[in-house]
Amino acid sequence: MINLNVNGRAVSLDADPDMPLLWAVREELQLTGSKFGCGAAQCGACTMHVAGSPVRACMTPLSSVQGPVTTIEGLATDKVGQAVQAAWVEHDVAQCGYCQSGQVMSATALLKSNKKPSDAQIDEAMAGNICRCGTYTRIRAAIHAAAATLA
Amino acid sequence: MLNPRRIDQVMTGGLSRRSFVTTTVGGAVGLALLPGVSLAQDGKPKPGSKPTEQPLAFITIARDGTTTILCNRMDMGQGIETGLAMICAEELEADWSKVRTGFGDQKGAYVDPMFGIHLTGGSNSVKNSFQQYRELGARTKAMLLAAASESWGMPASSLKAENGVISGGGKSAGYGEFFDTAMKGTVPEAVTLKDPKSFKLIGQPTGLVVSKAKSTGTQAYGMDVQLPGMAVAVIQRPPVFNGKIAKLDAAEALKVKGVKAVLPVTLDRGGQGVAVVASGYWAAKKGRDALKVDWDLGGVAKPDTAALTKQYLALARTPGTPAPKPEFQADASGWAKAPKKIMADFVFPYLNHAQMEPLACTVDLKADRCDFYYAAQMPGIDAMNLAKTVGLKPEQVQINVQMAGGGFGRRATPASEWPREAAAVAVALQQAGKPMPVKVIWSREDDVKAGYYRPMTVHRAEIGFDATGKVLGWQHRIVSQSILKGSPLEGFGYQKGVDGTTTEGMREPYEIPMNLSVHHPDVNVPVLWWRSVGSTHTAYVMETLVDEIAFATKQDPVAYRLKLMEGNAKAERHAQALQAAVDKSGYGKRKLKAGQAWGVAVHESFESVVAYVVVAHLKGKGKDRQAVLDEVHAGVHCNLCVNPKAVETQVQGAAIMALGTTMPTHRVTFKDGAVEQNNFYDMAMPRMPDAPKVMTVSIVPSLDPPKGMGEPGLPALAPALANAVARLTGQRQRELPFKFA
Repeated sequence: MINLNVNGRAVSLDADPDMPLLWAVREELQLTGSKFGCGAAQCGACTMHVAGSPVRACMTPLSSVQGPVTTIEGLATDKVGQAVQAAWVEHDVAQCGYCQSGQVMSATALLKSNKKPSDAQIDEAMAGNICRCGTYTRIRAAIHAAAATLA
Repeated sequence: MLNPRRIDQVMTGGLSRRSFVTTTVGGAVGLALLPGVSLAQDGKPKPGSKPTEQPLAFITIARDGTTTILCNRMDMGQGIETGLAMICAEELEADWSKVRTGFGDQKGAYVDPMFGIHLTGGSNSVKNSFQQYRELGARTKAMLLAAASESWGMPASSLKAENGVISGGGKSAGYGEFFDTAMKGTVPEAVTLKDPKSFKLIGQPTGLVVSKAKSTGTQAYGMDVQLPGMAVAVIQRPPVFNGKIAKLDAAEALKVKGVKAVLPVTLDRGGQGVAVVASGYWAAKKGRDALKVDWDLGGVAKPDTAALTKQYLALARTPGTPAPKPEFQADASGWAKAPKKIMADFVFPYLNHAQMEPLACTVDLKADRCDFYYAAQMPGIDAMNLAKTVGLKPEQVQINVQMAGGGFGRRATPASEWPREAAAVAVALQQAGKPMPVKVIWSREDDVKAGYYRPMTVHRAEIGFDATGKVLGWQHRIVSQSILKGSPLEGFGYQKGVDGTTTEGMREPYEIPMNLSVHHPDVNVPVLWWRSVGSTHTAYVMETLVDEIAFATKQDPVAYRLKLMEGNAKAERHAQALQAAVDKSGYGKRKLKAGQAWGVAVHESFESVVAYVVVAHLKGKGKDRQAVLDEVHAGVHCNLCVNPKAVETQVQGAAIMALGTTMPTHRVTFKDGAVEQNNFYDMAMPRMPDAPKVMTVSIVPSLDPPKGMGEPGLPALAPALANAVARLTGQRQRELPFKFA
């Protein structure tokens, strides 16, 4: 059995230790807000926080997970996460929206470690998240806006 | 459109005069649809259900006023679920804060009024359904007023419907109070529509109805469908298209915990694959990794990019099949004797759509019914094809249209290739005595390697002009696989041996003597539309060459284009869009930083025009140089703009998608018949650091009937950037992605 803490809830899973965290969360726990995009840690659609740090859950084996896991669903009770999500709506970021859970998770992690990121710091922190709809300019604006509301 | 018809303000039984085509989803095969599809080209509307049957299929209003408006399209990020709801809510006088959206299914009510089938594509949604959704809203409002009039004993003419509330004679109540009664009443055929000048919602920048859901992870996509007892399958496909299984050893795969079955399945176009069905994706993938398959590739052509490039370039030196449109049949022989000449070959690669959500289709096959759940872009055609695959009647097939995580053309395969594969897995499970609902998931590698692609394309231009830039002759050839030929949609635009999707975007809006012919080689690579289709390459060729002529004759590239457009009524919108971009950008009025350059291009596709003025610089050295896009200023003419926010986001996004086509490794290549790329690590996509810091979108005001904007933002960006790069390097980029010497 593998024991995890996901969004503040303790869960025990009878799962392959090699199974990436993404599939355990999506298929075993039925939390489908985190997305499958590439399976190779290349696009960031699956981004979750483990012990507060952003990870690519599609390449994170269950056996390696140490610390509490937060998914996009877990941001509902997170002050920074909520500010980011509000800014996302305010700036009409989403188009197809498929990558946005991952974008929001990366942006939230950034703002937790850097309260007022510059454009260059945003570029660096968000470079691992691909958006094929090309919402980057609005993501950048929304991150600045969220930083301002949290200040 | 020469003189676009003004938007109808008043409609007198409009729909009732039109001929109804009973495009039920009842045809025996996909091909039965063809006459209907080609008929649609006559420009006459083909609604799927009579106006008197419509409102309830699209609109429901709950007691609390929550108003749900269904979308007769698939939404893949173009925001059409919001756009069509806005159009309907405008005439309905709904309370926008209470509007929710959803999707219709494959049935007759939800067909495109022009095409007679449920189809999303060609940037047609707003263009074809603007009138339809206005009428739906107006009809529903009239029925609500009739019900209130009856209930209150007051003439309907004394009542007012506004912001979801009916009021009059001192009384007032929300729409929800009357909706159920109203829907039992007579549906009026003739309704009066609003004067466009009094639109309150249409024309206002409006966020997506599902914006919050898409920002909080609660929006469900096709990939997220979960059914009780559902299995997940992945398919091992042959390394070369149309290969077959020679020998299959499933022993190790079946030992993987969670694997339920290993089943050979027939693939699109006659190839074979092996489906691994398991309790979940990870077990299915592990099972697939453990398969031992020997492939029979005998008699299967093995495409090779290097060889194809050589072959295409050679073909482009020989005359092809004349493009049938009169504007492509000018005498261009004057080019050879002209005082100035340009001879240029262009090479464009195969492209993967790379929508963020890999394909996924869930099938629930029962004895007398089959439910499908996927982001269905052509569910009308699919239902007929899928009924054949599962051995049921089309009316026993139900397609539940899901939100799509991007599309860019990939989901619209006329032969229903990917849902048919999923159906084949469900049938194989049934035949193996293991019937169960199954979701077939494509990995990113599957998506990259298993087709379909924007066709590889070569252009050759031979242009003669004089010192004033007057073109004396322009001989042009295109080599590209046909997308339409042999597909169920051939009647759409394959004419006299030439695919209209190959030549679209050539010449317009410049009235120059062009002679255009086309070669359509047969290659064992499945090809498909890719956002803006032919314009992905024709705009690049036209707008870089016109720019080159301007420079060769020492003229400003904007002034030269405007000069070419002068006196051409068809180019008025182009000139306005270009001017809008020029004005916003400060082109010609401000000095750029050292190392920066301007680039300009303008192009019409799908009846909308987008012009770009960009500012760019180069980074890196020698052949490692890369273009960096600093500023993008778009000028847009799409006639009446329903949702300026949606147009802005579509243009910004299309510009970034087009930027991708210029980036190193953004292509699909073949060696020994196999795709060489795997995932995003060897096929680069634009990322946050590549996105320009400044992006403006200026929309030319208009009250003419609206056109679509899902695709037209794409074509002009790459040539605008290429033109800036040419200023910086003195070298023209004849290939995509860019190559520096």
